[in-house]
Amino acid sequence: MLSIGQSQIKLLEKLCNAMSVSGDEGEVRRIVLEEVKPYADEVKVDALGSVLVRRKGAGRKPLRVQVDAHMDEVGFMIVHDDDNGFYQFQVVGGIDERHLVGKQVIVGKDHAVGVIGAKPIHLTTYEERLYTIDVDAMRIDLGPEGKATVGDRATFATKFKRVGPSIMSKAIDDRIGVAILIDLLKHAPKHIELCLSFSVQEEIGLRGAKVAGYYFKPDLAIAVDSTPARDLPDYEGRENYTYNTKLGLGPAIYTAHAPIISDPRLVKFLEETAIKNKIPYQFRQPGGGGTNAGAIQEAHAGVPVVSVSVPHRYTHSPISVSRVDDWKNTLNLLLCALNDMTPALLKR
Amino acid sequence: MSDILPFLKSLINASGLSGHEFPVADLIQKQWSPLVDEISQSRLGSIHGLKKGSAKLSPRPLALIATHMDAIGLMVTRIVDGFLYITNIGGIDSRVLPGTPVTVHASGSGEELYGVIAMPPANLLPDGEGGGVVALKYLMVDTGLTPGEVVKRVHIGDRVSFGTEPLDMPGGTISGHTLDNRASVAALTLCLEELRSKSHLWDVMALASVREETSFGGAYTSTVQIRPTIAVAVDMTFGQGTGSSGYQTFPLGKGVTLGIGPSVHPFLYKRFKEVAERIEIPIADDLMPEYSSTDADAMQLVAEGIPTMVVSIPQRYMHTPVELVAIKDIQRAGRLLAEFIASLEADFIERIVWE
Repeated sequence: MLSIGQSQIKLLEKLCNAMSVSGDEGEVRRIVLEEVKPYADEVKVDALGSVLVRRKGAGRKPLRVQVDAHMDEVGFMIVHDDDNGFYQFQVVGGIDERHLVGKQVIVGKDHAVGVIGAKPIHLTTYEERLYTIDVDAMRIDLGPEGKATVGDRATFATKFKRVGPSIMSKAIDDRIGVAILIDLLKHAPKHIELCLSFSVQEEIGLRGAKVAGYYFKPDLAIAVDSTPARDLPDYEGRENYTYNTKLGLGPAIYTAHAPIISDPRLVKFLEETAIKNKIPYQFRQPGGGGTNAGAIQEAHAGVPVVSVSVPHRYTHSPISVSRVDDWKNTLNLLLCALNDMTPALLKR
Repeated sequence: MSDILPFLKSLINASGLSGHEFPVADLIQKQWSPLVDEISQSRLGSIHGLKKGSAKLSPRPLALIATHMDAIGLMVTRIVDGFLYITNIGGIDSRVLPGTPVTVHASGSGEELYGVIAMPPANLLPDGEGGGVVALKYLMVDTGLTPGEVVKRVHIGDRVSFGTEPLDMPGGTISGHTLDNRASVAALTLCLEELRSKSHLWDVMALASVREETSFGGAYTSTVQIRPTIAVAVDMTFGQGTGSSGYQTFPLGKGVTLGIGPSVHPFLYKRFKEVAERIEIPIADDLMPEYSSTDADAMQLVAEGIPTMVVSIPQRYMHTPVELVAIKDIQRAGRLLAEFIASLEADFIERIVWE
């Protein structure tokens, strides 16, 4: 079993602090290319910007397994220069606008610091404070002499932190998946052909994975992502029965998330693998929210897929929280699954 | 003039919520000690730094310059499953809180814990409370620690500060929390540095006051103890920015403001204005028709009454985790204060003739 050491934490920190808003994933792509090259038989950047990596398998026709994680994150695009350092922006991906005011952001290739300000409480009325602030009324403020270019991407400025059993970052979704894929490549079993897609544009409609699945034409695919844990207490003390996942209970295996049904053979295989290797696991509560598995399953004549996620709290906000143990257990479950995987899995 | 930025950043990173100012007070005392003749702490924890003047008078007239050092923040009200419910210390619009990094001052272990303010999903809140603005009483701090680790460290009543890093922005501005009013403390520090090479007849008492954000209790009690001839409050005023315009707001980096209104003695205003014009520091009038909402409101009413003045530095997004100040304006405030003090004649007060 692998553990999570300092070098992996350092790599995740670098991945998380990079800016990689959907459609402009260059910073993370550079890190990924550098990390995968020594271990890959084939590395290619496709037409959309995804990094596609192949590690050939032994034998005449080894099982071809695609494992996907997305490189992009939610963020903003600068859409208008209002002069004097104020910029109008549009949200890229699903961000709850209530997380925006009062936050520091980084803008453009040089990560210039800006803020999304709010009217001082002293100048607001009680009635005004009962209403959320519309994103159209917000601006990114780079200071009186600050400059950005329309089209620049921006994201939250919060830096990666390791705190006790947890990690906190703006981009755990899905840099933790990216980090896991890099480790899988380093420890890939010889009997399968491992195809890794570090895909772009997941947050705006699973676009990168759609064409990556077509390119690899895998026998089966696993999407490695990060899924919300809504395991907070209920204010009135009622039981929280809509938690989706809980931190600390291990990798979250998807059975269904609209409109994707995970391949039941793969779900069962992952569960058996977890039990056999004494790895904690949980089933994500079926419900909404998509992963790249949805895009890959419809490649060519269809691909059996399953999703496995590391749970995190506070999705698409300035700071998400995950547990290092869930990261470790997700990595090990996937590695054990790859080790035990044979073509017989799909003949049941 | 020295580079004030490193000291300002250390001030922001030191905790000091209203009523709990010790960490930042220690820092200020250390910085001021070599700049003044006597330094002491009041019973409530305010810092008094006395720099003696050269007038051969007994007692010498004394100008009190007050900058409050306390900060707004949060306090733990209850702990459920390791999550910390919170309330506010000072005025906070709860709309700026979800997703904000914080520092929990854990009294059980003495540690400073990193955390984030969590906004629970609607289905975990009472009906109708989760769709729009989520009220402060429903927000929680997540420290990333397990419930067992949290209860060993954190107690009800522990303070929670904003954890936003002070960051340099393009064009000589700085973003961070608690620039209100640590930027003014930095300005007063620059004033004291400048006074080392300037002769002044009056005694100067630099005051870093406690509890401005909750009661003005620090400045009030220190003024009773010190009994100054005049008192000047240095604080922040509203900067023009997103959602903020109109007569109460001022451009960033374009100078400091002088208060006008019942909290301001007209002769002090006049002298500040003359000095600013002489040394070519741009100023604007800050209109305060009733209250200044600064320490001046309390200092004015000490004993038989004290002539007071309000000097302010424009700041965007006051009381949010991302306040914004131009360094240039901090330097201007420091220089203006020093030049004002140096301009005071021994009989300045006696010369005042009301209409």
